[in-house]
Amino acid sequence: MSKRRPYVRPMDGWWKKNPYFVEYMVHEGTALFVAAYAFTLLVGLVRLGQGEAAWNGWLEALKSPLSLAFHAVLLVAILYHTYTWFKIMPRTLPPIIVGGKKLAPATITGGGLMAALVASLVLLGLVWRIAQ
Amino acid sequence: MKSGLKRSNAPIFWALFGGGGMLSALVGPMLVFITGIAIPFGLLLPEGAMSYPKMLAFAQNWLGKAFVFAVIALFLWHAAHRIFHTLHDVGIHAGVAARLICYGSAFVATLVSAYVLLGLGF
Amino acid sequence: MSESQKTIEIEVLRYNPETDQAPHLQVFQVPFADDMSVLQGAQYIKDHLDGSLSFRWSCRMAICGSCGMMVNGEPHLSCQTFLRDYYPARVRIEALSHFPIERDLVINMEGFIDKLESIQPYIIPKEKRSLAQGEYLQTPEQLNAYEQFSSCINCMLCYAACPQFGLNADFVGPAAMALLHRYNMDSRDGAAEERMELVAAEEGVFNCTAVGYCSEVCPKQVDPANAVNINKTNAAKDYFLRFLSPKGGSK
Ligand code: SF4
Ligand code: FES
Repeated sequence: MSKRRPYVRPMDGWWKKNPYFVEYMVHEGTALFVAAYAFTLLVGLVRLGQGEAAWNGWLEALKSPLSLAFHAVLLVAILYHTYTWFKIMPRTLPPIIVGGKKLAPATITGGGLMAALVASLVLLGLVWRIAQ
Repeated sequence: MKSGLKRSNAPIFWALFGGGGMLSALVGPMLVFITGIAIPFGLLLPEGAMSYPKMLAFAQNWLGKAFVFAVIALFLWHAAHRIFHTLHDVGIHAGVAARLICYGSAFVATLVSAYVLLGLGF
Repeated sequence: MSESQKTIEIEVLRYNPETDQAPHLQVFQVPFADDMSVLQGAQYIKDHLDGSLSFRWSCRMAICGSCGMMVNGEPHLSCQTFLRDYYPARVRIEALSHFPIERDLVINMEGFIDKLESIQPYIIPKEKRSLAQGEYLQTPEQLNAYEQFSSCINCMLCYAACPQFGLNADFVGPAAMALLHRYNMDSRDGAAEERMELVAAEEGVFNCTAVGYCSEVCPKQVDPANAVNINKTNAAKDYFLRFLSPKGGSK
């Protein structure tokens, strides 16, 4: 009879056991904040559909200190999402060959962050124009 | 080659996850700043930028509609997929309940936003 | 051992399937020298302190891929990892994570071998060439397209780094996907469509959540995470475009 009895170790709490996994869980966790923001906007959209009074009520609610704190937290979390999204990009994209050489990971991450900066400035510019 | 392989339907959810992840990475922080901080508190942008007539006109323009729809729906599909996987990561496995809560809420929110946006007219 | 001999404590995860219900830790005092690898520490224990300690090794030069262990919780080739980087603190060594333990530091790698086989790790030519047609030629660019993915030494560190493999042992996993990609990218090979069935399957690439740690720990810079994620894109293309072209790889 075989004396073999392979032991399978449990996975409980694996994400706490390595700093790399802790960071992974944190950046996965940014999804909660992305969802919270999308729901905030959805409420705003529904209020917009209900007419001027409802919309102004939503705007008023945005001016509370609690809302400011909430959005400050959202801002930090979603900024972290932006950073980690582009940080992992060199591992997720097919190799980009420029002039016969593979683009360096730092260049891809940097390019992504630059694209985010440009997109954000364009968005700010557009809103600024609409506001005038 | 192994036999009895079943094709995964993940590409649908993965594509939505990727689209929403990219959109939120590009403009998420700035949007939060604009709608949650700058306009309500009159920083950088005038408070009137989100007045009822302005926002209504924005949501009635087809481009504005598309943008609002993409942001709400894709952000939520992105988050739903990530949260679903994180539940799996912490040991709550792909049950019907987890699927329903994550993708179901994204689906309902997508329908609601489409309904309101269409109701606002063009 | 002379009076002035420095020692280091090595804590080993022991498991004897004949007597132990579960693995347990055991600490050994090992004479320390600056140039000692973790593998040499284990060898000292086996030769002088406890001959029953089991572990795999062969080349001692980071090329055979058999000496992988968890060192303080991180997957490493033990022949390439040095005790001096931990001294004077205690070092903990365990069998590679996520694999069943056969005995002490020896894991059961049958599942991994099956996966390697399942990806058809050989060139399947688009069309057979006769001897008269001569050899297959390849340009340096064509070699570049797959060379990195061909340097894998099957050490399985990437599997020990992959929580998704730990959570679902059926996941094809990083090294097998890197090897699959290596053949798909080879200009002499024509079987990418055949291999797509596995890539796109429930055991395939979509188990990956882009943790990225596999590529971090790989001793040969294979970047298996890249192979897995490129194939997510390929599988998604195949998923959506199969309706357009009649000959998608998967049913
Ligand atoms: S891909 Fe790297 S870490 Fe994984 S088995 Fe191959 S050499 Fe080892
Ligand atoms: S003994 Fe061969 S890789 Fe370490």
